[in-house]
Amino acid sequence: MKYEDYYAILGVQRNASSEEIKKAYRKLAHKYHPDVSKDPAGEEKFKKIAEAYEALRSPEKRAAYDQLGTHRPGENFQPPPDWGTQFGDGQFSFEDVDLADLFAGMAAGRHRPGQRTRQFRMPGQDYEVTANISLEEAYRGTEVELNLTVPERDAEGLLRRVPRTFKVRIPRGATHGQRLRLPGRGGKGLHGGRDGDLYLDIVVRPHPLFRVNGHDLYFDLPLAPWEAVLGATVEVPTLAGPVHLKVPPNARAGRQLRLAKRGLPRPRGAEGDLYAIVHIVVPASTSERERELFRELARGSTFNPRGRLQEELKSES
Amino acid sequence: MKAEHAEAQWLTDECQFSLSELVDLSGSSVEELRELVEYGAIAPVNPESSHWVFPGQCLPTVRAACRLRVSFDLEPHGVALVISLIDRIHDLEAQMGSLRAQLPHRAR
Repeated sequence: MKYEDYYAILGVQRNASSEEIKKAYRKLAHKYHPDVSKDPAGEEKFKKIAEAYEALRSPEKRAAYDQLGTHRPGENFQPPPDWGTQFGDGQFSFEDVDLADLFAGMAAGRHRPGQRTRQFRMPGQDYEVTANISLEEAYRGTEVELNLTVPERDAEGLLRRVPRTFKVRIPRGATHGQRLRLPGRGGKGLHGGRDGDLYLDIVVRPHPLFRVNGHDLYFDLPLAPWEAVLGATVEVPTLAGPVHLKVPPNARAGRQLRLAKRGLPRPRGAEGDLYAIVHIVVPASTSERERELFRELARGSTFNPRGRLQEELKSES
Repeated sequence: MKAEHAEAQWLTDECQFSLSELVDLSGSSVEELRELVEYGAIAPVNPESSHWVFPGQCLPTVRAACRLRVSFDLEPHGVALVISLIDRIHDLEAQMGSLRAQLPHRAR
């Protein structure tokens, strides 16, 4: 079993009062709790913090922890010979058991490690994982393989870390931020308790071209100034392959051209739309001939792009 | 190791849960869920009925409420307040994401 320094994790002295331990935990929980923290590593950090607090919050568990002695974090160690008898029923095995599971299994004041819990119907644990998928995978549906190491109770009611692999079919129509529930795919229930569920948080990885908004997609459509003015038929990408888009004349920068039903499919119902956002670009360098054509346009055009600005200035003076 | 295949259920308003199902799936009590409804943190689709039914997206909310209650030792009103604020943050993030998606790339 690997040692964890729970006092160091909470940032308190070994002789800290229970009030100091509670305060330290709350402060860290505010910072790293996955439901309130923006820290991407918050969930992992909070797990450790919650583990440490679980072991130190009740005097009974804290005494059991203190009896394990002081070791270097991560160091393999064996509890003192009489530890299992003192804090459990003596039949406890320390093989393949995490320190965290040991203390989580000691529901304060009710069970001790190793105590059998046959009389309780215990629902299995729910697992929550993030599935990172590409936009293309969201569009056509995909199957993801999830490898989890999860705490599970064995027939004796002891918690052990068990590797499990799930292949989950993510149907067409997933989008960023959606959640999937896989009933009964969490931890096994004990003594007639129901099996836990597996929850998947869908994260759609950023795409180099398309930006996701629900089931709608947006992309920038670069147009040359003359294409924007005269209109054009241009080839544009969609998730189903390139299509021809007719750009109407006088397309202004920022205008959205809608390609109906070219967005992400919804689980049931109509597909989202794809929007091309007009972006007018000018060449980085121009030939003398091009510059001459622009000069000619400048001479012949009555267009005043700053008309409104000048009116505002006039009304102020 | 053999991989387990699993069928997925979307947690959107396309699936619904009864009050007792929410209790069963979230680890919260009926009393705690009634208080979340009373404080406006979650809403059944049929508030007038004696058999409340909740949209699927309530389940992650209620599970988060349960985690927050345990982790921060919160009373029901505190849980409802935190959940309402988190929901507002999610709404604002969604609006921001939506506006960002619509901005030309270089302007973001």
